[in-house]
Amino acid sequence: MDRLTVRIWRGDAAGGAFAAYEVAARENQTVLDVVSEIQREQEPALAYRFACRVGMCGSCAMEVNGRARWTCRTHVRRVARPGEALTLRPLPHLPVIRDLATDMAPFFDKWARAMGSFQPKDAPDGAVPEDFAVVPPGSKARREADAGIECIGCGVCHASCDVVAWNPDYLGPAALNRAWTLVNDVRDGAQAARLAAVSGDAGCHSCHSTQSCTERCPKGLDPSSAIAGLKRRLFWDALLGRRG
Amino acid sequence: MPDRRHPTYLAFLAHRLSGLALALFLPLHFWALGQALQGEAALEGFLRWTDHGLFKLAEWGLVVLLALHLAGGLRVMALEFLGWRARQKDMAALGAGFALAVGLLFLLNVG
Amino acid sequence: MRGQLHLWVAQRLTAAFLAVAVAVHLVTIIIAVRGGLSAADILARTRGSEAWLLFYAGFALAAGLHAAIGLRAIAAEWLGWRGRGLDLLWLGLGLATALFGIRAAWGLYHA
Repeated sequence: MDRLTVRIWRGDAAGGAFAAYEVAARENQTVLDVVSEIQREQEPALAYRFACRVGMCGSCAMEVNGRARWTCRTHVRRVARPGEALTLRPLPHLPVIRDLATDMAPFFDKWARAMGSFQPKDAPDGAVPEDFAVVPPGSKARREADAGIECIGCGVCHASCDVVAWNPDYLGPAALNRAWTLVNDVRDGAQAARLAAVSGDAGCHSCHSTQSCTERCPKGLDPSSAIAGLKRRLFWDALLGRRG
Repeated sequence: MPDRRHPTYLAFLAHRLSGLALALFLPLHFWALGQALQGEAALEGFLRWTDHGLFKLAEWGLVVLLALHLAGGLRVMALEFLGWRARQKDMAALGAGFALAVGLLFLLNVG
Repeated sequence: MRGQLHLWVAQRLTAAFLAVAVAVHLVTIIIAVRGGLSAADILARTRGSEAWLLFYAGFALAAGLHAAIGLRAIAAEWLGWRGRGLDLLWLGLGLATALFGIRAAWGLYHA
C-alpha cells in the first residue's frame, strides 16, 4: 500500500519543530483520521483536539498545507496530490498550548468583547419574557441574522484573516459575524452598546474586505458581508447623528 | 507563508499597493502642477523636461494604478454600502480589465 | 473609538466623491495627452475657469484626506505605528497635502 508522509509541528509556546511520520495512504481518510492514527499507533504524546468528528463542534481546526481547515471534514486526497506530503501546524493567530492544540481563549474573549451574547430586551435581568416575540422569518433583519447563525466557532476565519495578524486587538470575522446576527435580532436590547463595541480600529473598520474569512469558512458563511453590514449601519448612524 | 491565493485577496493587495503608490505620488503631482504659479513658461518647461520615454512609462503606470484603485474602491463600496456579496470575484476581474482598458486607451492616445 | 469611526466615514465620503472625480480625471488625461501635453492646452482649459478651479480644489481636498487616512492604516498594520498623536499627524499631513494641491489649482486658474 502507498505511504503518506505527514509533517506535524511539535512544540509549545516556547517554540518547536516539524516531526515526520508515515501512515498508509488510504482511498478515504480525513486529515483528522490521519492525526488520530499517528497519535494512537506512533506518537501517544501528540496533542491535538477534536470531539464530534462530523463538523459540528468546531474543535479540530488546524493549518493543513498552509491553509486553515476543519480537519474532520477535510479528505486528504482533496488537499494533497498522490505522493504529496501533509504539513500540519496549529491554527495561526492563537497561542499554542502544545503541538496542534491552540488556546482558544483569546478567540472567544473577542466574542465577549464584541458583545456576542444575547441581551433580552423585555427581561434585562435575564428573566423569561411574559410573551413570545413575533419575528417574521421572511423579514430582512431575520434573514440577515439567519445567514450568520450557523457558526460553529472553529476559528478558521480568525486564522485566515491578515488583519488579525497585523492588529492583535482586532475582533476578527467570527466575533463580528456574531455581533451582526445580534444587531439583526429584534428581541435584543443592547444595540447601542454592541455597535459601540464593534466600531473603530479594533472592530469592523479595520476590515479590508480581503474576504479570506468568507473564502475559508467551512460552513460557507460570509463574515465579510456581516462586517460590511456593521460598517453600513455605523456609517448611517454617524452621518445621521443616530446613536444605536 | 500562509495560503492567500484567492481573487479578492489579490484585489485587496492591488488596491492597497496602488493606493500607496498614488498617495506617495500625490505631493509630487501637486508640486509639478504648482509650476503654473510661475507662469505658462515654467509649466511648459517642466512638461518638456518630462517628454523623456521613462516619464511616459511612469505616467502610463500611474494612469493604470489610478484606474485600478478606482475600480477596486467601487467594488469594496458595492459590498459595504449595497451589500453586493454575490459576484465579488467577477467584479475583481472586471476591475483589472477596466484598468488594462484605460491603460490601453492612454497608450493609443499618447504621443 | 468615535474618532476612528469618523476617520472611516471621512474615508468613504471622500471615496464617493473621488469615484466621480477620478473618472472625470481619467477622461481628461486621455483627451489631454492626444498630440502631446502642452502648458498652453492645459491652461486654455483651466485659466479663468471657476468650474475647473472648484473641481480641482475639491478633488485635491478629497484626495489629500483620502490618501492620508489610507496611509494611516498601512502604517498601523505594516509598521505598527499607532496612537492618537499619530492620528492627528496624519490628519495634518492630509490637510497640508490638500492645501498644496489647492495652491496648484489656483496656479492653473490664475496663470
